[in-house]
Amino acid sequence: MSEHEYTPKSKAGKWFNDRLPLLSLGAHLTDYPTPKNLNYWWTFGGILTFCLITQIVTGIVLAMHYVAHADLAFESVEKIMRDVNYGWLIRYIHSNGASMFFLAVYIHIFRSLFYGSYKSPRELIWIIGMLIYILMMAAAFMGYVLPWGQMSFWGATVITNLFSAIPLVGESVVTWLWGGYSVDNPTLTRFFSLHYLIPFLILGLVVMHIWALHIPGNNNPVGIDVKKPSKDTVPFHPYITIKDIFALLMFMIIFAGFVFFTPNVLGHSDNYIPANPLVTPAHIVPEWYLLPFYAILRSVPDKLGGVLLMFGALFVLIILPWLDTSKVRSAIFRPMYRQFFWILVIDVLALGYLGAMPAEGIYLFLARIATTYYFLHFIVILPALSFFEKTDPLPANISEPVLTGGFSGAMAKTDKIINEQK
Amino acid sequence: MNKNKIFRLITATFLVILFCEKANSANKELLKVDWSFTGLTGKFDRSSLQRGYQVYKEVCSSCHSMKYLSYRNLGQKGGPEFSLEEVKAIAASYEVDDGPNSQGEMFSRPGRPSDHFKNPYPNDNAATAANGGAYPPDMSVLVKARPGGANYIYSILMGYEEKPVDFNLEEGVYYNKYMDGNKIKMMSPLSDELIEYSDGTKATVDQMAKDVTTFLTWAAEPHLEARHKTGTKVMIYLIILATLVYFSMKKLWSRIDAEK
Repeated sequence: MSEHEYTPKSKAGKWFNDRLPLLSLGAHLTDYPTPKNLNYWWTFGGILTFCLITQIVTGIVLAMHYVAHADLAFESVEKIMRDVNYGWLIRYIHSNGASMFFLAVYIHIFRSLFYGSYKSPRELIWIIGMLIYILMMAAAFMGYVLPWGQMSFWGATVITNLFSAIPLVGESVVTWLWGGYSVDNPTLTRFFSLHYLIPFLILGLVVMHIWALHIPGNNNPVGIDVKKPSKDTVPFHPYITIKDIFALLMFMIIFAGFVFFTPNVLGHSDNYIPANPLVTPAHIVPEWYLLPFYAILRSVPDKLGGVLLMFGALFVLIILPWLDTSKVRSAIFRPMYRQFFWILVIDVLALGYLGAMPAEGIYLFLARIATTYYFLHFIVILPALSFFEKTDPLPANISEPVLTGGFSGAMAKTDKIINEQK
Repeated sequence: MNKNKIFRLITATFLVILFCEKANSANKELLKVDWSFTGLTGKFDRSSLQRGYQVYKEVCSSCHSMKYLSYRNLGQKGGPEFSLEEVKAIAASYEVDDGPNSQGEMFSRPGRPSDHFKNPYPNDNAATAANGGAYPPDMSVLVKARPGGANYIYSILMGYEEKPVDFNLEEGVYYNKYMDGNKIKMMSPLSDELIEYSDGTKATVDQMAKDVTTFLTWAAEPHLEARHKTGTKVMIYLIILATLVYFSMKKLWSRIDAEK
């Protein structure tokens, strides 16, 4: 938090601010001292806020035209696409927006993993972020059910059926979730209701996420604490805002590319076939952003085991701040962690790919290896590295590596010291 | 930096595997047509759309419904763009059930542009029963409902050939090179000179297949042209704005960079 007291200049402003310090909040957000060496991987927080707002705005408009009924949902979506003014644009933004949201959140998460942003004193920011991520998956899954196409219906059937793995009460829980004895109209209407609710829960958590961030301030590529405000920081506005806006525009160009020129490539063609409980699609696959978890789920021959492992994959992320106890945050100064980080990236990409393949033969075998490695990374490798890894020396402040940046940061620092000694 | 190279190599290998896999998973490599509506500025060929509608009307529509389309759509911008008179005449050529009237009775009347395309069957079960147990899918979004899209539809239409000698076919099932499992319940719908195009184009199987696929693509994505047009403008706008913001950013940050 910035330490200085803010006093509005006008009398009215002072009157208002004394009763509700919104102007102080505004001043805090404007002046918020931010490390000046943040790279473009740090712009995804802003991009994600944009994604959330976009989803909420387009979603509210879609809900004005959508009909949540098993007999009418598919048709109402087609009405939106054909007859609502710019309905095609709003729906394509919303459906591709979900994918772009996840693309951004995955980059955001892996950025945090690389630079150790989840470590003390930022554990709560990380945990709130993980809760947001879990809610995002729930919202996305339910949203995918709403058009009531084949993948909607069968995806809903597969995912809700997971709860039947719970011992003793599993079957009853599933019946309760469905509101009947199969995925049907009551399931659709409650999914619609929840799909409308969850984004606002996410919004609330995002406020907490940012609030918790503003207590210690941003981490940075070097991962060392910076004095605030100091030579190492810049005010959030205009320096970070303009950088965020530039990055957002780059992101929007990619976003628009999908929306206008290939709007259906990220979806499954089966979802343009109306839901039919009597015909099961050849391969039931979730949306791309859920595939790694789907691969983990299917790599266990036992249903309950698969479900537990899938939730376990999220759980290890939540407790990550206590699995990786290395004091050094940034992977730039962790030569071994850096390599394991990239292996994890490849492992998760592989899981995503294997999740889209049929669960048989070589695919199943590889998915099992990738799943094992995923847990190995978090439960064994990270705690072990915390003890055995010899980290590179950290710079005293961020001003030196900000010029050279990246992996050579530490080297530049050493060179500088040598030069100074001469 | 060596590590970087290794990483890139692994990623590249991974992508190549992914690609080959994708190519392998398709039943048969689909026929590829250089459609006028693909690409960033793709547009429909207006006369092909009009001919395509004729193929749909005279051939497909005897079994396949198209329930999300209305006759008025045929006159819509970006579509076949029939004139209002033509659309009215097309609609009026169908008898549509309506009602109940003030006496409480159902009646039939000539179609109006606002009416939906008439369904060839009273319901889906009737359609299934009349077609040997296979429901002829509604064609409104068919192109988007099949992997491969337009190329798939075109390939199916062109994929009928003599079955291999050792291939077993039941009664009422036909051999198609591109169909999943090579078995299809639809008889080859097209043959040369099956219809007589009103614009005098020679009605070869290939011509009809292309025209009707173009028509079906428009039916599934009626705002495709508007989408491409708006998209191009949006892109230009974003790129110009991003350039301006980039230089503003550089100027702003030069103060900070100068401090060192």
